[in-house]
Amino acid sequence: MLTLYTRRRLINAITLSISVLAMLFGLFWLGWILLTLLVHGLPGLSLTLFTQMTPPPGSDGGLLNAIVGSLLMTLLGTLIGTPIGILAGTYLAEFGQRGWLAPVTRFINDVLLSAPSIVIGLFIYEVYVTKVRHFSGWAGALALSILVIPVVIRTTENMLRLVPNTLREAAASLGAPQWKVINFVTLRAAKAGIITGVLLAVARISGETAPLLFTALNNQFWNSNMNTPMSNLPVIIFEYAMSPYDDWQQLAWAASLLITFSVLALNIVARVLFRQSATTH
Amino acid sequence: MPTFLQEARLKRQNWFDILFRGITRLSAFAVLALLASIIGSLIIGSQPSIEAFGTHFLFSSEWNPVTDKFGAVVPIVGTLVTAGIALLIGIPVSFGIALFLTELSPRWMRRPFGIAIELLAGIPSIIYGMWGLFVFAPFFADNIEPWINHHIGTQPVIGPFFSGPPMGIGVLTAGIILAIMVIPFIASVMRDVFEVVPTMLKESAYGLGSTTWEVMWNVVLPYTKIGVVGGIMLGLGRALGETMAVTFVIGNSHDLSKSLLMPGNSISAALANEFNEAVGELYISSLIELGLILFFITFVVLSLARYLLFKLSQREGT
Repeated sequence: MLTLYTRRRLINAITLSISVLAMLFGLFWLGWILLTLLVHGLPGLSLTLFTQMTPPPGSDGGLLNAIVGSLLMTLLGTLIGTPIGILAGTYLAEFGQRGWLAPVTRFINDVLLSAPSIVIGLFIYEVYVTKVRHFSGWAGALALSILVIPVVIRTTENMLRLVPNTLREAAASLGAPQWKVINFVTLRAAKAGIITGVLLAVARISGETAPLLFTALNNQFWNSNMNTPMSNLPVIIFEYAMSPYDDWQQLAWAASLLITFSVLALNIVARVLFRQSATTH
Repeated sequence: MPTFLQEARLKRQNWFDILFRGITRLSAFAVLALLASIIGSLIIGSQPSIEAFGTHFLFSSEWNPVTDKFGAVVPIVGTLVTAGIALLIGIPVSFGIALFLTELSPRWMRRPFGIAIELLAGIPSIIYGMWGLFVFAPFFADNIEPWINHHIGTQPVIGPFFSGPPMGIGVLTAGIILAIMVIPFIASVMRDVFEVVPTMLKESAYGLGSTTWEVMWNVVLPYTKIGVVGGIMLGLGRALGETMAVTFVIGNSHDLSKSLLMPGNSISAALANEFNEAVGELYISSLIELGLILFFITFVVLSLARYLLFKLSQREGT
Protein backbone atom coordinates (compact mmCIF):
# COMPACT_ATOMS: atom_id res chain seq x y z
CA MET A 1 0.00 0.00 0.00
CA LEU A 2 1.43 3.29 -1.09
CA THR A 3 1.36 6.19 1.27
CA LEU A 4 -0.70 9.16 0.20
CA TYR A 5 2.40 11.19 -0.45
CA THR A 6 4.08 8.68 -2.77
CA ARG A 7 0.84 8.12 -4.60
CA ARG A 8 0.47 11.82 -5.28
CA ARG A 9 4.08 12.03 -6.40
CA LEU A 10 3.54 9.04 -8.66
CA ILE A 11 0.40 10.45 -10.28
CA ASN A 12 2.23 13.70 -10.81
CA ALA A 13 5.20 11.98 -12.44
CA ILE A 14 2.98 9.87 -14.69
CA THR A 15 0.78 12.72 -15.90
CA LEU A 16 3.72 15.03 -16.48
CA SER A 17 5.48 12.35 -18.53
CA ILE A 18 2.32 11.96 -20.57
CA SER A 19 2.35 15.70 -21.14
CA VAL A 20 5.91 15.52 -22.47
CA LEU A 21 4.84 12.63 -24.68
CA ALA A 22 1.94 14.71 -26.01
CA MET A 23 4.39 17.45 -26.97
CA LEU A 24 6.63 14.91 -28.69
CA PHE A 25 3.53 13.46 -30.40
CA GLY A 26 2.80 16.89 -31.89
CA LEU A 27 6.39 17.47 -32.99
CA PHE A 28 6.56 13.94 -34.39
CA TRP A 29 3.87 14.64 -37.01
CA LEU A 30 5.42 17.94 -37.97
CA GLY A 31 8.75 16.20 -38.44
CA TRP A 32 7.26 13.30 -40.35
CA ILE A 33 5.33 15.52 -42.76
CA LEU A 34 8.23 17.86 -43.43
CA LEU A 35 10.59 14.92 -43.90
CA THR A 36 8.21 13.27 -46.37
CA LEU A 37 7.98 16.49 -48.35
CA LEU A 38 11.77 16.79 -48.50
CA VAL A 39 12.29 13.16 -49.46
CA HIS A 40 9.66 13.13 -52.21
CA GLY A 41 9.85 16.75 -53.26
CA LEU A 42 13.57 17.48 -53.47
CA PRO A 43 14.26 15.10 -56.40
CA GLY A 44 11.61 16.99 -58.35
CA LEU A 45 13.07 20.42 -57.70
CA SER A 46 14.88 21.77 -60.73
CA LEU A 47 15.10 24.87 -62.82
CA THR A 48 12.57 23.56 -65.35
CA LEU A 49 9.96 23.71 -62.60
CA PHE A 50 10.07 27.48 -62.88
CA THR A 51 10.53 27.78 -66.64
CA GLN A 52 8.12 25.30 -68.21
CA MET A 53 4.39 24.76 -68.33
CA THR A 54 2.54 21.85 -66.77
CA PRO A 55 3.01 18.90 -69.11
CA PRO A 56 0.67 16.28 -70.48
CA PRO A 57 1.34 12.94 -68.77
CA GLY A 58 4.50 11.22 -69.92
CA SER A 59 6.51 14.26 -70.94
CA ASP A 60 8.72 16.75 -69.15
CA GLY A 61 7.44 19.96 -67.81
CA GLY A 62 7.33 22.40 -64.96
CA LEU A 63 4.89 24.39 -62.95
CA LEU A 64 5.41 27.89 -64.32
CA ASN A 65 1.77 28.57 -65.20
CA ALA A 66 0.58 27.22 -61.86
CA ILE A 67 3.11 29.28 -59.89
CA VAL A 68 2.21 32.45 -61.75
CA GLY A 69 -1.51 31.74 -61.42
CA SER A 70 -1.20 31.15 -57.70
CA LEU A 71 0.84 34.30 -57.19
CA LEU A 72 -1.58 36.37 -59.25
CA MET A 73 -4.70 35.16 -57.48
CA THR A 74 -3.12 35.40 -54.02
CA LEU A 75 -1.95 38.93 -54.80
CA LEU A 76 -5.35 40.05 -56.09
CA GLY A 77 -7.20 38.31 -53.29
CA THR A 78 -5.01 40.12 -50.78
CA LEU A 79 -5.40 43.45 -52.58
CA ILE A 80 -9.19 43.15 -52.57
CA GLY A 81 -9.52 41.85 -49.03
CA THR A 82 -6.95 43.93 -47.15
CA PRO A 83 -8.47 47.43 -47.48
CA ILE A 84 -11.91 46.21 -46.44
CA GLY A 85 -10.36 44.32 -43.55
CA ILE A 86 -8.30 47.25 -42.32
CA LEU A 87 -11.21 49.70 -42.59
CA ALA A 88 -13.62 47.38 -40.79
CA GLY A 89 -11.00 46.61 -38.14
CA THR A 90 -10.48 50.34 -37.67
CA TYR A 91 -14.20 50.80 -37.18
CA LEU A 92 -14.28 48.07 -34.53
CA ALA A 93 -11.34 49.49 -32.62
CA GLU A 94 -11.90 53.23 -32.98
CA PHE A 95 -15.64 53.78 -33.38
CA GLY A 96 -17.01 50.56 -31.96
CA GLN A 97 -17.59 51.63 -28.37
CA ARG A 98 -21.27 52.30 -28.85
CA GLY A 99 -24.11 50.79 -30.86
CA TRP A 100 -24.95 47.29 -32.02
CA LEU A 101 -22.91 47.15 -35.21
CA ALA A 102 -19.49 46.61 -33.64
CA PRO A 103 -20.27 43.70 -31.30
CA VAL A 104 -22.34 41.95 -33.96
CA THR A 105 -19.65 42.42 -36.59
CA ARG A 106 -16.98 41.18 -34.20
CA PHE A 107 -18.99 38.05 -33.51
CA ILE A 108 -19.82 37.33 -37.16
CA ASN A 109 -16.22 37.98 -38.11
CA ASP A 110 -14.99 35.46 -35.57
CA VAL A 111 -17.36 32.91 -37.03
CA LEU A 112 -16.28 33.68 -40.60
CA LEU A 113 -12.66 33.33 -39.49
CA SER A 114 -13.04 29.58 -39.19
CA ALA A 115 -15.95 28.99 -41.57
CA PRO A 116 -15.33 26.08 -43.94
CA SER A 117 -13.49 27.44 -46.95
CA ILE A 118 -15.26 25.08 -49.34
CA VAL A 119 -18.53 26.85 -48.55
CA ILE A 120 -16.90 30.14 -49.57
CA GLY A 121 -16.06 28.47 -52.89
CA LEU A 122 -19.68 27.41 -53.29
CA PHE A 123 -20.81 30.95 -52.50
CA ILE A 124 -18.61 32.53 -55.19
CA TYR A 125 -19.72 29.79 -57.60
CA GLU A 126 -23.34 30.70 -56.93
CA VAL A 127 -23.05 34.48 -57.09
CA TYR A 128 -20.30 34.90 -59.68
CA VAL A 129 -19.46 31.82 -61.72
CA THR A 130 -23.05 30.92 -62.57
CA LYS A 131 -23.78 34.52 -63.55
CA VAL A 132 -20.84 34.95 -65.94
CA ARG A 133 -21.14 31.28 -66.96
CA HIS A 134 -17.45 30.36 -66.82
CA PHE A 135 -14.75 29.66 -64.27
CA SER A 136 -12.16 32.39 -63.98
CA GLY A 137 -9.13 33.68 -62.17
CA TRP A 138 -11.24 36.57 -60.91
CA ALA A 139 -13.63 34.20 -59.20
CA GLY A 140 -10.67 32.51 -57.51
CA ALA A 141 -9.27 35.85 -56.36
CA LEU A 142 -12.68 36.87 -55.00
CA ALA A 143 -13.04 33.62 -53.05
CA LEU A 144 -9.56 34.12 -51.57
CA SER A 145 -10.32 37.74 -50.67
CA ILE A 146 -13.28 36.55 -48.57
CA LEU A 147 -10.84 34.44 -46.59
CA VAL A 148 -8.46 37.39 -46.17
CA ILE A 149 -11.02 39.80 -44.74
CA PRO A 150 -11.69 38.14 -41.34
CA VAL A 151 -7.99 37.55 -40.62
CA VAL A 152 -7.11 41.18 -41.35
CA ILE A 153 -10.07 42.55 -39.39
CA ARG A 154 -9.10 40.52 -36.36
CA THR A 155 -5.44 41.53 -36.30
CA THR A 156 -6.13 45.17 -37.19
CA GLU A 157 -8.56 45.52 -34.32
CA ASN A 158 -6.24 43.79 -31.85
CA MET A 159 -3.25 45.87 -32.92
CA LEU A 160 -5.13 49.17 -32.78
CA ARG A 161 -6.27 48.34 -29.28
CA LEU A 162 -2.64 48.02 -28.21
CA VAL A 163 -1.96 51.65 -29.20
CA PRO A 164 -1.99 53.68 -25.98
CA ASN A 165 -4.86 56.14 -25.64
CA THR A 166 -2.50 58.92 -24.62
CA LEU A 167 -1.22 58.94 -28.20
CA ARG A 168 -4.72 59.58 -29.54
CA GLU A 169 -5.38 62.23 -26.90
CA ALA A 170 -2.09 63.99 -27.61
CA ALA A 171 -2.93 64.20 -31.31
CA ALA A 172 -6.48 65.34 -30.61
CA SER A 173 -5.33 68.02 -28.20
CA LEU A 174 -3.14 69.49 -30.94
CA GLY A 175 -6.35 70.03 -32.85
CA ALA A 176 -6.13 67.15 -35.28
CA PRO A 177 -9.50 65.94 -36.55
CA GLN A 178 -10.33 62.32 -35.86
CA TRP A 179 -9.63 61.03 -39.36
CA LYS A 180 -6.17 62.51 -39.16
CA VAL A 181 -5.59 61.06 -35.71
CA ILE A 182 -6.49 57.59 -36.93
CA ASN A 183 -4.74 57.71 -40.29
CA PHE A 184 -1.56 59.45 -39.27
CA VAL A 185 -1.14 58.42 -35.65
CA THR A 186 -2.89 55.25 -34.53
CA LEU A 187 -2.79 53.26 -37.77
CA ARG A 188 0.85 54.24 -38.18
CA ALA A 189 1.70 53.13 -34.67
CA ALA A 190 0.04 49.78 -35.32
CA LYS A 191 1.60 49.35 -38.77
CA ALA A 192 3.91 46.42 -38.01
CA GLY A 193 1.14 44.45 -36.35
CA ILE A 194 -1.23 45.05 -39.23
CA ILE A 195 1.39 43.95 -41.74
CA THR A 196 1.83 40.80 -39.67
CA GLY A 197 -1.88 40.16 -40.01
CA VAL A 198 -1.75 40.62 -43.78
CA LEU A 199 1.20 38.23 -44.03
CA LEU A 200 -0.66 35.63 -41.98
CA ALA A 201 -3.64 36.06 -44.28
CA VAL A 202 -1.42 35.57 -47.34
CA ALA A 203 0.04 32.46 -45.73
CA ARG A 204 -3.43 31.13 -45.14
CA ILE A 205 -4.79 31.68 -48.64
CA SER A 206 -1.72 30.57 -50.56
CA GLY A 207 -2.33 26.98 -49.53
CA GLU A 208 -6.10 27.01 -49.86
CA THR A 209 -7.45 24.53 -52.36
CA ALA A 210 -11.12 24.06 -51.59
CA PRO A 211 -12.35 27.56 -52.55
CA LEU A 212 -10.46 27.41 -55.85
CA LEU A 213 -11.94 24.12 -57.03
CA PHE A 214 -15.24 25.65 -58.11
CA THR A 215 -13.96 29.09 -59.00
CA ALA A 216 -10.59 29.22 -60.74
CA LEU A 217 -10.66 25.54 -61.70
CA ASN A 218 -7.46 24.73 -63.55
CA ASN A 219 -5.70 25.32 -66.81
CA GLN A 220 -3.04 23.28 -68.55
CA PHE A 221 -1.64 26.23 -70.44
CA TRP A 222 0.02 29.56 -69.95
CA ASN A 223 -2.54 32.12 -69.09
CA SER A 224 -2.42 35.60 -67.70
CA ASN A 225 -6.02 36.46 -68.53
CA MET A 226 -7.91 36.63 -65.25
CA ASN A 227 -11.18 36.11 -67.06
CA THR A 228 -10.50 32.51 -68.00
CA PRO A 229 -9.94 29.39 -65.87
CA MET A 230 -6.59 29.73 -64.20
CA SER A 231 -3.98 27.25 -63.18
CA ASN A 232 -2.82 27.29 -59.56
CA LEU A 233 -0.55 25.19 -57.38
CA PRO A 234 -3.06 23.75 -54.89
CA VAL A 235 -5.49 22.48 -57.51
CA ILE A 236 -2.57 21.14 -59.58
CA ILE A 237 -1.43 19.22 -56.49
CA PHE A 238 -4.94 17.84 -56.03
CA GLU A 239 -5.31 16.72 -59.64
CA TYR A 240 -1.78 15.42 -60.12
CA ALA A 241 -1.63 13.57 -56.81
CA MET A 242 -4.89 11.79 -57.61
CA SER A 243 -3.66 10.88 -61.11
CA PRO A 244 -2.11 7.51 -61.89
CA TYR A 245 0.94 8.95 -63.69
CA ASP A 246 4.29 8.86 -61.89
CA ASP A 247 5.65 12.04 -63.43
CA TRP A 248 2.51 13.96 -62.48
CA GLN A 249 2.77 12.70 -58.91
CA GLN A 250 6.41 13.78 -58.86
CA LEU A 251 5.34 17.27 -59.93
CA ALA A 252 2.68 17.26 -57.21
CA TRP A 253 5.32 16.48 -54.59
CA ALA A 254 7.57 19.26 -55.87
CA ALA A 255 4.62 21.67 -55.80
CA SER A 256 3.76 20.58 -52.26
CA LEU A 257 7.32 21.21 -51.14
CA LEU A 258 7.27 24.68 -52.71
CA ILE A 259 3.95 25.63 -51.20
CA THR A 260 4.58 24.27 -47.71
CA PHE A 261 7.96 25.88 -47.29
CA SER A 262 6.78 29.24 -48.60
CA VAL A 263 3.78 29.16 -46.27
CA LEU A 264 5.91 28.19 -43.28
CA ALA A 265 8.49 30.84 -44.17
CA LEU A 266 5.72 33.46 -44.35
CA ASN A 267 4.45 32.33 -40.96
CA ILE A 268 7.88 32.63 -39.39
CA VAL A 269 8.63 36.01 -41.01
CA ALA A 270 5.29 37.34 -39.76
CA ARG A 271 6.04 36.21 -36.22
CA VAL A 272 9.58 37.57 -36.20
CA LEU A 273 8.36 40.89 -37.59
CA PHE A 274 5.68 41.11 -34.95
CA ARG A 275 8.09 40.28 -32.19
CA GLN A 276 10.52 42.98 -33.31
CA SER A 277 7.79 45.59 -33.38
CA ALA A 278 6.55 44.46 -29.98
CA THR A 279 9.98 44.87 -28.41
CA THR A 280 10.65 48.32 -29.88
CA HIS A 281 7.43 49.76 -28.46
CA MET B 1 -6.18 84.03 -40.50
CA PRO B 2 -9.67 85.53 -40.88
CA THR B 3 -12.30 83.74 -38.84
CA PHE B 4 -14.51 82.85 -41.81
CA LEU B 5 -11.62 80.90 -43.37
CA GLN B 6 -10.97 79.12 -40.13
CA GLU B 7 -14.58 78.16 -39.87
CA ALA B 8 -14.65 76.87 -43.43
CA ARG B 9 -11.61 74.77 -42.62
CA LEU B 10 -13.17 73.34 -39.50
CA LYS B 11 -16.25 72.52 -41.44
CA ARG B 12 -14.24 70.75 -44.11
CA GLN B 13 -12.40 68.66 -41.51
CA ASN B 14 -15.72 67.84 -39.97
CA TRP B 15 -16.91 66.55 -43.32
CA PHE B 16 -13.79 64.42 -43.67
CA ASP B 17 -14.46 62.98 -40.24
CA ILE B 18 -17.99 62.02 -41.15
CA LEU B 19 -16.83 60.60 -44.49
CA PHE B 20 -14.07 58.52 -42.92
CA ARG B 21 -16.34 57.25 -40.23
CA GLY B 22 -18.92 56.35 -42.85
CA ILE B 23 -16.41 54.39 -44.94
CA THR B 24 -15.17 52.32 -41.98
CA ARG B 25 -18.76 51.76 -40.88
CA LEU B 26 -19.66 50.58 -44.36
CA SER B 27 -16.76 48.11 -44.32
CA ALA B 28 -17.87 46.70 -40.98
CA PHE B 29 -21.36 46.42 -42.42
CA ALA B 30 -19.94 44.59 -45.44
CA VAL B 31 -18.98 41.70 -43.15
CA LEU B 32 -22.58 41.30 -42.06
CA ALA B 33 -23.76 41.60 -45.64
CA LEU B 34 -21.24 38.94 -46.60
CA LEU B 35 -22.61 36.46 -44.10
CA ALA B 36 -26.18 37.22 -45.11
CA SER B 37 -25.39 36.75 -48.79
CA ILE B 38 -23.51 33.48 -48.15
CA ILE B 39 -26.53 32.06 -46.35
CA GLY B 40 -28.95 33.57 -48.86
CA SER B 41 -27.14 32.28 -51.93
CA LEU B 42 -26.83 28.78 -50.48
CA ILE B 43 -30.53 28.70 -49.67
CA ILE B 44 -31.46 29.91 -53.15
CA GLY B 45 -29.04 27.43 -54.73
CA SER B 46 -30.46 24.50 -52.82
CA GLN B 47 -34.08 25.43 -53.53
CA PRO B 48 -34.70 22.74 -56.19
CA SER B 49 -33.41 20.04 -53.87
CA ILE B 50 -35.35 21.36 -50.88
CA GLU B 51 -38.52 21.36 -52.98
CA ALA B 52 -37.88 17.89 -54.35
CA PHE B 53 -36.88 16.10 -51.15
CA GLY B 54 -38.00 18.28 -48.26
CA THR B 55 -36.89 16.99 -44.88
CA HIS B 56 -36.53 13.54 -46.39
CA PHE B 57 -33.11 14.75 -47.60
CA LEU B 58 -31.85 14.71 -44.03
CA PHE B 59 -32.93 11.13 -43.33
CA SER B 60 -32.24 9.30 -46.57
CA SER B 61 -28.97 7.53 -47.16
CA GLU B 62 -29.57 7.07 -50.86
CA TRP B 63 -27.20 8.95 -53.15
CA ASN B 64 -27.87 8.06 -56.71
CA PRO B 65 -27.12 10.56 -59.48
CA VAL B 66 -28.54 8.19 -62.11
CA THR B 67 -32.05 8.12 -60.67
CA ASP B 68 -31.73 11.65 -59.25
CA LYS B 69 -32.38 10.50 -55.68
CA PHE B 70 -30.31 12.21 -53.03
CA GLY B 71 -30.06 11.95 -49.26
CA ALA B 72 -27.56 13.45 -46.88
CA VAL B 73 -27.23 10.83 -44.17
CA VAL B 74 -23.92 9.28 -45.27
CA PRO B 75 -21.98 12.55 -45.64
CA ILE B 76 -23.50 14.02 -42.45
CA VAL B 77 -22.64 10.91 -40.44
CA GLY B 78 -19.16 10.85 -41.99
CA THR B 79 -18.57 14.49 -41.10
CA LEU B 80 -19.72 14.02 -37.51
CA VAL B 81 -17.85 10.74 -36.97
CA THR B 82 -14.52 11.97 -38.38
CA ALA B 83 -14.78 15.16 -36.33
CA GLY B 84 -15.65 13.08 -33.27
CA ILE B 85 -12.59 10.85 -33.71
CA ALA B 86 -10.47 13.96 -34.20
CA LEU B 87 -11.67 15.41 -30.90
CA LEU B 88 -11.28 12.13 -29.03
CA ILE B 89 -7.60 12.04 -29.94
CA GLY B 90 -7.06 15.77 -30.14
CA ILE B 91 -8.38 16.91 -26.75
CA PRO B 92 -6.07 14.89 -24.45
CA VAL B 93 -3.04 15.55 -26.64
CA SER B 94 -3.78 19.27 -26.80
CA PHE B 95 -4.22 19.39 -23.05
CA GLY B 96 -0.85 17.68 -22.63
CA ILE B 97 0.80 20.12 -24.99
CA ALA B 98 -0.77 23.14 -23.29
CA LEU B 99 0.28 21.80 -19.89
CA PHE B 100 3.80 21.29 -21.16
CA LEU B 101 3.99 24.78 -22.66
CA THR B 102 2.62 26.61 -19.62
CA GLU B 103 4.03 24.66 -16.69
CA LEU B 104 6.81 22.28 -17.63
CA SER B 105 8.89 23.69 -20.42
CA PRO B 106 11.88 25.85 -19.51
CA ARG B 107 11.14 29.46 -20.34
CA TRP B 108 13.57 29.71 -23.26
CA MET B 109 12.09 26.66 -24.92
CA ARG B 110 8.49 27.84 -24.79
CA ARG B 111 8.71 30.06 -27.83
CA PRO B 112 10.32 27.59 -30.24
CA PHE B 113 7.98 24.81 -29.10
CA GLY B 114 4.98 27.09 -29.36
CA ILE B 115 5.98 28.13 -32.88
CA ALA B 116 6.53 24.49 -33.89
CA ILE B 117 3.00 23.61 -32.82
CA GLU B 118 1.64 26.65 -34.61
CA LEU B 119 3.51 25.64 -37.76
CA LEU B 120 1.56 22.40 -37.65
CA ALA B 121 -1.50 24.60 -38.12
CA GLY B 122 0.22 26.49 -40.93
CA ILE B 123 0.73 23.46 -43.17
CA PRO B 124 -1.92 23.68 -45.92
CA SER B 125 -4.60 21.04 -45.66
CA ILE B 126 -3.90 19.65 -49.11
CA ILE B 127 -0.42 18.69 -47.90
CA TYR B 128 -1.99 16.71 -45.06
CA GLY B 129 -4.15 15.04 -47.67
CA MET B 130 -1.30 14.09 -49.93
CA TRP B 131 0.86 12.92 -47.07
CA GLY B 132 -2.09 10.99 -45.71
CA LEU B 133 -2.77 9.25 -49.01
CA PHE B 134 0.79 8.35 -49.96
CA VAL B 135 2.54 7.93 -46.64
CA PHE B 136 0.20 7.58 -43.70
CA ALA B 137 -2.53 5.40 -45.25
CA PRO B 138 -0.13 2.69 -46.51
CA PHE B 139 1.69 2.73 -43.17
CA PHE B 140 -1.61 2.51 -41.33
CA ALA B 141 -2.79 -0.35 -43.54
CA ASP B 142 0.40 -2.37 -43.12
CA ASN B 143 1.13 -1.82 -39.44
CA ILE B 144 -1.82 -0.60 -37.45
CA GLU B 145 -4.99 -1.89 -39.08
CA PRO B 146 -4.10 -5.61 -38.94
CA TRP B 147 -3.44 -5.14 -35.24
CA ILE B 148 -6.74 -3.31 -34.74
CA ASN B 149 -8.56 -6.03 -36.67
CA HIS B 150 -6.92 -8.73 -34.64
CA HIS B 151 -7.23 -7.24 -31.18
CA ILE B 152 -10.13 -4.81 -31.11
CA GLY B 153 -12.13 -6.18 -34.03
CA THR B 154 -12.69 -9.46 -32.25
CA GLN B 155 -14.09 -7.90 -29.09
CA PRO B 156 -17.82 -8.05 -28.45
CA VAL B 157 -19.94 -4.90 -28.85
CA ILE B 158 -17.20 -2.60 -30.20
CA GLY B 159 -15.78 -5.25 -32.53
CA PRO B 160 -17.92 -4.49 -35.61
CA PHE B 161 -16.75 -0.89 -35.55
CA PHE B 162 -13.14 -1.94 -35.87
CA SER B 163 -13.14 -4.78 -38.33
CA GLY B 164 -12.75 -4.61 -42.04
CA PRO B 165 -10.19 -5.00 -44.77
CA PRO B 166 -6.97 -3.09 -43.96
CA MET B 167 -7.10 -0.66 -46.86
CA GLY B 168 -5.53 2.32 -45.18
CA ILE B 169 -8.13 4.77 -46.45
CA GLY B 170 -11.34 5.09 -44.51
CA VAL B 171 -13.17 6.99 -41.81
CA LEU B 172 -10.66 6.19 -39.04
CA THR B 173 -7.67 7.38 -41.09
CA ALA B 174 -9.49 10.61 -41.92
CA GLY B 175 -10.30 11.10 -38.23
CA ILE B 176 -6.68 10.61 -37.17
CA ILE B 177 -5.39 13.07 -39.75
CA LEU B 178 -8.05 15.57 -38.68
CA ALA B 179 -6.87 15.10 -35.10
CA ILE B 180 -3.34 16.13 -36.08
CA MET B 181 -4.80 19.17 -37.83
CA VAL B 182 -6.95 20.38 -34.93
CA ILE B 183 -4.37 19.78 -32.18
CA PRO B 184 -2.57 23.10 -32.81
CA PHE B 185 -5.85 25.05 -32.70
CA ILE B 186 -7.09 23.50 -29.47
CA ALA B 187 -3.63 23.54 -27.86
CA SER B 188 -3.02 27.21 -28.58
CA VAL B 189 -6.41 28.26 -27.16
CA MET B 190 -5.80 26.10 -24.09
CA ARG B 191 -2.35 27.60 -23.63
CA ASP B 192 -3.73 31.12 -23.95
CA VAL B 193 -6.49 30.55 -21.40
CA PHE B 194 -4.15 28.75 -19.00
CA GLU B 195 -1.90 31.79 -19.08
CA VAL B 196 -4.65 34.09 -17.84
CA VAL B 197 -4.95 32.19 -14.56
CA PRO B 198 -3.66 34.58 -11.89
CA THR B 199 -0.22 33.53 -10.68
CA MET B 200 -1.35 34.22 -7.13
CA LEU B 201 -3.96 31.47 -7.40
CA LYS B 202 -1.48 28.92 -8.68
CA GLU B 203 1.18 29.85 -6.17
CA SER B 204 -1.25 29.59 -3.29
CA ALA B 205 -1.97 26.02 -4.36
CA TYR B 206 1.73 25.27 -4.72
CA GLY B 207 2.28 26.83 -1.32
CA LEU B 208 -0.22 24.42 0.20
CA GLY B 209 1.94 21.61 -1.14
CA SER B 210 0.11 20.67 -4.33
CA THR B 211 1.97 18.88 -7.08
CA THR B 212 2.09 20.42 -10.57
CA TRP B 213 -0.60 18.00 -11.75
CA GLU B 214 -2.88 18.84 -8.83
CA VAL B 215 -2.52 22.56 -9.50
CA MET B 216 -3.33 21.92 -13.13
CA TRP B 217 -6.29 19.61 -12.54
CA ASN B 218 -7.84 21.20 -9.45
CA VAL B 219 -7.03 24.87 -9.87
CA VAL B 220 -6.17 25.85 -13.43
CA LEU B 221 -8.66 23.62 -15.25
CA PRO B 222 -11.72 24.56 -13.16
CA TYR B 223 -10.77 28.22 -13.45
CA THR B 224 -10.51 28.08 -17.25
CA LYS B 225 -13.20 25.47 -17.88
CA ILE B 226 -15.32 27.68 -20.11
CA GLY B 227 -12.35 28.76 -22.21
CA VAL B 228 -11.15 25.20 -22.61
CA VAL B 229 -14.57 24.12 -23.87
CA GLY B 230 -14.56 27.15 -26.19
CA GLY B 231 -11.21 26.05 -27.60
CA ILE B 232 -12.50 22.53 -28.12
CA MET B 233 -15.54 23.87 -29.97
CA LEU B 234 -13.21 25.94 -32.14
CA GLY B 235 -11.28 22.79 -33.00
CA LEU B 236 -14.55 21.00 -33.70
CA GLY B 237 -15.56 23.78 -36.08
CA ARG B 238 -12.29 23.32 -37.93
CA ALA B 239 -12.62 19.56 -38.06
CA LEU B 240 -16.16 19.71 -39.41
CA GLY B 241 -15.32 21.98 -42.29
CA GLU B 242 -11.94 20.57 -43.24
CA THR B 243 -11.97 19.58 -46.88
CA MET B 244 -8.86 18.59 -48.74
CA ALA B 245 -7.21 16.37 -46.14
CA VAL B 246 -10.39 14.38 -45.72
CA THR B 247 -11.08 14.17 -49.44
CA PHE B 248 -7.81 12.36 -50.04
CA VAL B 249 -8.18 9.66 -47.42
CA ILE B 250 -11.85 9.06 -46.66
CA GLY B 251 -12.48 6.93 -49.74
CA ASN B 252 -15.51 8.77 -51.07
CA SER B 253 -18.05 5.98 -50.82
CA HIS B 254 -21.74 6.63 -50.42
CA ASP B 255 -22.42 3.37 -48.60
CA LEU B 256 -23.21 3.55 -44.95
CA SER B 257 -20.90 1.19 -43.10
CA LYS B 258 -20.66 0.36 -39.46
CA SER B 259 -16.92 -0.18 -39.55
CA LEU B 260 -14.59 2.76 -39.10
CA LEU B 261 -12.04 1.02 -41.29
CA MET B 262 -14.32 1.19 -44.32
CA PRO B 263 -14.39 4.10 -46.73
CA GLY B 264 -17.06 6.67 -46.11
CA ASN B 265 -17.78 10.23 -47.09
CA SER B 266 -18.03 13.64 -45.54
CA ILE B 267 -19.94 16.71 -46.68
CA SER B 268 -16.84 18.61 -47.68
CA ALA B 269 -15.28 15.60 -49.43
CA ALA B 270 -18.48 14.96 -51.39
CA LEU B 271 -18.48 18.59 -52.50
CA ALA B 272 -14.82 18.59 -53.50
CA ASN B 273 -15.10 15.32 -55.40
CA GLU B 274 -18.42 15.65 -57.11
CA PHE B 275 -19.35 19.28 -57.59
CA ASN B 276 -17.42 19.91 -60.80
CA GLU B 277 -18.62 16.68 -62.36
CA ALA B 278 -22.23 17.03 -61.28
CA VAL B 279 -24.72 17.35 -64.11
CA GLY B 280 -28.36 18.19 -63.77
CA GLU B 281 -30.03 20.82 -61.66
CA LEU B 282 -31.10 18.47 -58.89
CA TYR B 283 -27.64 16.93 -58.44
CA ILE B 284 -25.96 20.34 -58.19
CA SER B 285 -28.57 21.75 -55.88
CA SER B 286 -28.38 18.68 -53.62
CA LEU B 287 -24.65 19.30 -53.28
CA ILE B 288 -25.32 22.96 -52.50
CA GLU B 289 -27.82 21.88 -49.86
CA LEU B 290 -25.06 19.72 -48.35
CA GLY B 291 -22.93 22.86 -48.24
CA LEU B 292 -25.77 24.71 -46.53
CA ILE B 293 -26.06 21.97 -43.90
CA LEU B 294 -22.31 22.07 -43.31
CA PHE B 295 -22.36 25.84 -42.97
CA PHE B 296 -25.26 25.65 -40.55
CA ILE B 297 -23.57 23.02 -38.33
CA THR B 298 -20.24 24.87 -38.22
CA PHE B 299 -22.01 28.17 -37.65
CA VAL B 300 -23.77 26.80 -34.57
CA VAL B 301 -20.60 25.17 -33.22
CA LEU B 302 -18.43 28.22 -33.81
CA SER B 303 -21.00 30.59 -32.32
CA LEU B 304 -21.07 28.47 -29.21
CA ALA B 305 -17.27 28.48 -29.08
CA ARG B 306 -17.10 32.26 -29.37
CA TYR B 307 -19.82 32.70 -26.80
CA LEU B 308 -17.98 30.54 -24.25
CA LEU B 309 -14.65 32.28 -24.88
CA PHE B 310 -16.41 35.62 -24.56
CA LYS B 311 -17.90 34.57 -21.22
CA LEU B 312 -14.44 33.69 -19.95
CA SER B 313 -12.94 37.00 -21.06
CA GLN B 314 -15.77 38.83 -19.29
CA ARG B 315 -15.00 37.10 -16.02
CA GLU B 316 -11.37 38.05 -16.40
CA GLY B 317 -12.24 41.68 -15.79
CA THR B 318 -13.85 41.06 -12.41
